[in-house]
Amino acid sequence: MKLYEYSACELSEMLRAKKISSRELTESVLDRAGEVDKKVNAYLRTDREMSLRMADRADKLIASGEAKSRLAGIPVGIKDNISTKGIATTCASRMLENYVPVFNATVIEKLESAGCVISGKLNLDEFAMGSSTENSYFVTTKNPYDLSCVPGGSSGGSAAAVACGEAVVALGSDTGGSIRQPASLCGVVGLKPTYGSVSRYGLVAFASSLDQIGPFGCTVKDVALLQDEIQGHDKMDATSADRKYASLLDNLNDNISGLKIGIPSEYFGEGIKPEVADAVMKSVKELEKRGAKVVPVSLPSTGYALSAYYIIACAEASSNLARFDGVKYGYHAQNCDGLIDMYEKTRSEGFGREVKRRIMLGTFVLSSGYFDAYYKKAKLLQKRIQQEFADAFNSVDAIITPTSPSEAFKIGERTSDPLAMYAADICTVTVNIAGLPGVSVPCGYSEIGLPYGMQIIGRKFDEQTILNLAYAHENAFGGFRRPEL
Amino acid sequence: MIKGYEIVVGLEVHAELNTKTKIYCNCRNSFGLEVNTQVCPICLGMPGTLPTLNEKVVEYAIKMGHALNCKINRICKQDRKNYFYPDLPKSYQISQADIPLCADGYLDVMMGDGNVKRIGVERIHIEEDAGKLLHSDKFDGSLVDFNRCGVPLIEIVSRPDMRSSDEAKAYLETIRSILKYIDISDCKMQEGSIRCDVNVSVHKPGEPFGTRCEMKNVNSFSAAVRGIDYEANRQIEILEAGGTVTQETRRWDDQKGISVSMRSKEDAQDYRYFPEPDLLTIVVPEEKVIELKNTLPELPNAKIMRYVKDYGISHYDAEMIVDVVEKSAFFEKCIEAGCKSPKLLSNWILGEISKFMNEGRAIEDTKLTPEKMSELIGLIADGKISTAAGKTVFDIILNEDRDISSIIEEKGLAQVSDDSALEAIADSVLKENEKSVSDYLGGKTNALGYLVGQCMKASKGKANPGRMKEIILKKISG
Repeated sequence: MKLYEYSACELSEMLRAKKISSRELTESVLDRAGEVDKKVNAYLRTDREMSLRMADRADKLIASGEAKSRLAGIPVGIKDNISTKGIATTCASRMLENYVPVFNATVIEKLESAGCVISGKLNLDEFAMGSSTENSYFVTTKNPYDLSCVPGGSSGGSAAAVACGEAVVALGSDTGGSIRQPASLCGVVGLKPTYGSVSRYGLVAFASSLDQIGPFGCTVKDVALLQDEIQGHDKMDATSADRKYASLLDNLNDNISGLKIGIPSEYFGEGIKPEVADAVMKSVKELEKRGAKVVPVSLPSTGYALSAYYIIACAEASSNLARFDGVKYGYHAQNCDGLIDMYEKTRSEGFGREVKRRIMLGTFVLSSGYFDAYYKKAKLLQKRIQQEFADAFNSVDAIITPTSPSEAFKIGERTSDPLAMYAADICTVTVNIAGLPGVSVPCGYSEIGLPYGMQIIGRKFDEQTILNLAYAHENAFGGFRRPEL
Repeated sequence: MIKGYEIVVGLEVHAELNTKTKIYCNCRNSFGLEVNTQVCPICLGMPGTLPTLNEKVVEYAIKMGHALNCKINRICKQDRKNYFYPDLPKSYQISQADIPLCADGYLDVMMGDGNVKRIGVERIHIEEDAGKLLHSDKFDGSLVDFNRCGVPLIEIVSRPDMRSSDEAKAYLETIRSILKYIDISDCKMQEGSIRCDVNVSVHKPGEPFGTRCEMKNVNSFSAAVRGIDYEANRQIEILEAGGTVTQETRRWDDQKGISVSMRSKEDAQDYRYFPEPDLLTIVVPEEKVIELKNTLPELPNAKIMRYVKDYGISHYDAEMIVDVVEKSAFFEKCIEAGCKSPKLLSNWILGEISKFMNEGRAIEDTKLTPEKMSELIGLIADGKISTAAGKTVFDIILNEDRDISSIIEEKGLAQVSDDSALEAIADSVLKENEKSVSDYLGGKTNALGYLVGQCMKASKGKANPGRMKEIILKKISG
């Protein structure tokens, strides 16, 4: 077995027992990337020298016993919308093609002080807007289970890299499903933590009130390991929650006896492929066998969630992306006739179609005369959705739904139909709107071997319960199956 | 009133707060440093950065809210005001839209004629300042200095309650002196730390308000006066010619003394305000609001009214003393130390004391104490020493810690009020100035002043001038 094939938890023990070095591991992972990334296109950038320098530093920390973190020496892939000092952070946009940040995101600071190795920067839909990674200005990432299919998005690079061993674990970001949906389509585990539990400082904002950084791994334990490292209060992020964060990995427990699982009928009907719904329900039955109680719950406003999500997310995006104006950094159009022309050309040429579509949508819903009809109404709906979840969580400990309405779709299949693309988020957006934690775990495979994903949603800051359920499911289901490339 | 029209003025004052750091990052908040040195990824709005609110800004704004008798919205939010301009690195300004921190207050301003005018304050909100565009001959285009980005501002919006440029000026000056008194702004017009936008309309009394025009780029209080008068006249001329005033934003050109149209109402920008998702709702505890109210000093407008009422000082003098915190503090300490004549004291503060203060010397840098000043004022008021002698004493106690009575004794400054001595002086002066005596008797009353002056001279300034005058009058008329 090659080193990249082990889980992060296994590698962590091997590193600390000094059976392997971080340098060997990092080389193995980067060699794997060198071998398969030509097909998969998960990475936008790797820097072998830099990664090995970090690995050597980790080896020294481990050798001297100074390494405090279990993640020391583990290579982590980083979605390219997370700010890395001195390393280009492009958001897969022409706008930021040559932008090199002068500061690290808080999560990067945390990983660096833990002694992690950055394996490279991973592809995404431009500015995290999309569900297929086809909106990247640079390259389309392929689904490692079927290279003619999308890996999901927007964190498609992160999901694909972890699935094929190009990164041991990876960071993504999730605004409406951008961690869970690609995790589902690539057969890995992806956690969207509770809003406020991971600092957003340094995450290039798409929709500030919904964005959240989270971990990808091949196993539930790996996801817990990485989440343990990145969660916590950060005074640089006013929306970060100031509370105690216990170790999820240390408290991981597959005894789910007595836990109540809610099944909302709204997530199993129209628009959901029956095979996906069946795979999820089969897994729920397994959990029931292991002592969980299954009860029906109702989340009646679900049908409006997608509209509310796209209004709120686009409104915030239209403002967040206004700073890319050609004045300070990033793309600057040439041959402009005055200031307004410079703005127009820079933004027309620097942004891709989907980003421009969302900026226009957002600008429209915030404009005078339309604000009340769209933005205000969407915010009211958000309150109602939050309340419905809160009511449901009075009687259940977790809610289970499909993660994505279908398995991975073909590259190019939905690029001309944005509404069909938006529908890919139908099961995941509510979790962001309500600020809850949600994890996607593989729960079955289609006839041709494309993974299905199951989403487990929890109470605010109760990542532990959903990870325990995911862990129990993983043990019953049989765990991760590496794609053959 | 001009040609039967009433002028209606409303003002929006932007004041930079003098907190140590900026509103959303830890950069230093200071003026005049090298361009683009007081900046960080946050105030430059680099991708991924987030603002965190400097709580001092909220406290300072609440103080101003209390000073202007506002209701404090303990629970309020911040909003994004979206527009593109190169000096605004995020392309939005974090401000407050529908729920300002302070609302519905008023300010009482004493006018020159002693009447008190109450001006409504609609709101005070907090926001961040933008950078500054610079132009250089050496460079084709504009340069941006981002040092000012994120400097905390409060915007104070008045109601349209002013009826003349004089009232507007009095309002602005009172606002400025309050900002200085509660020490939340440096109020340096030339550094742009206080700026205002002016709204002007005209109408005939009894008729509804006219269409208003907003004037930007008003960079001094005197420019505000000029701008209001110009704008009112412009509107009146339009109306008198049978035209209608169009609602628009105009720019005041102080050098040319005219306002020029910037944009009409139709072209007004849509700022697409929405709640700032990167910041939490502001929640100020009730106790904090009360605590801030209790720390407020007596405000300058109240002080002026009290000085006029309690001490009989003219409104003008009261304003002059109150305008400088150090002067009014010294004034009050002297009163506390038992100063007999507040009127005389105010003359001395605006005279001799202001003289050395204008040269850059502070009262605390001298040996002058409220006790000695009060003693000196008392001696002058009682006629024990003359004003001229008082100045001699003053110059000494300014620099030396000495007993006043010993100075008077040493310099022989005691005023002569003993009638026999004064009569002897009068007799010899009258004898030597018979012409002046006959002039006076012939109706030239100012000859009396000359005679008194001669007597004072003969006494080497020690004679009590009041008594001296009485004696001379008695002698020549008698």
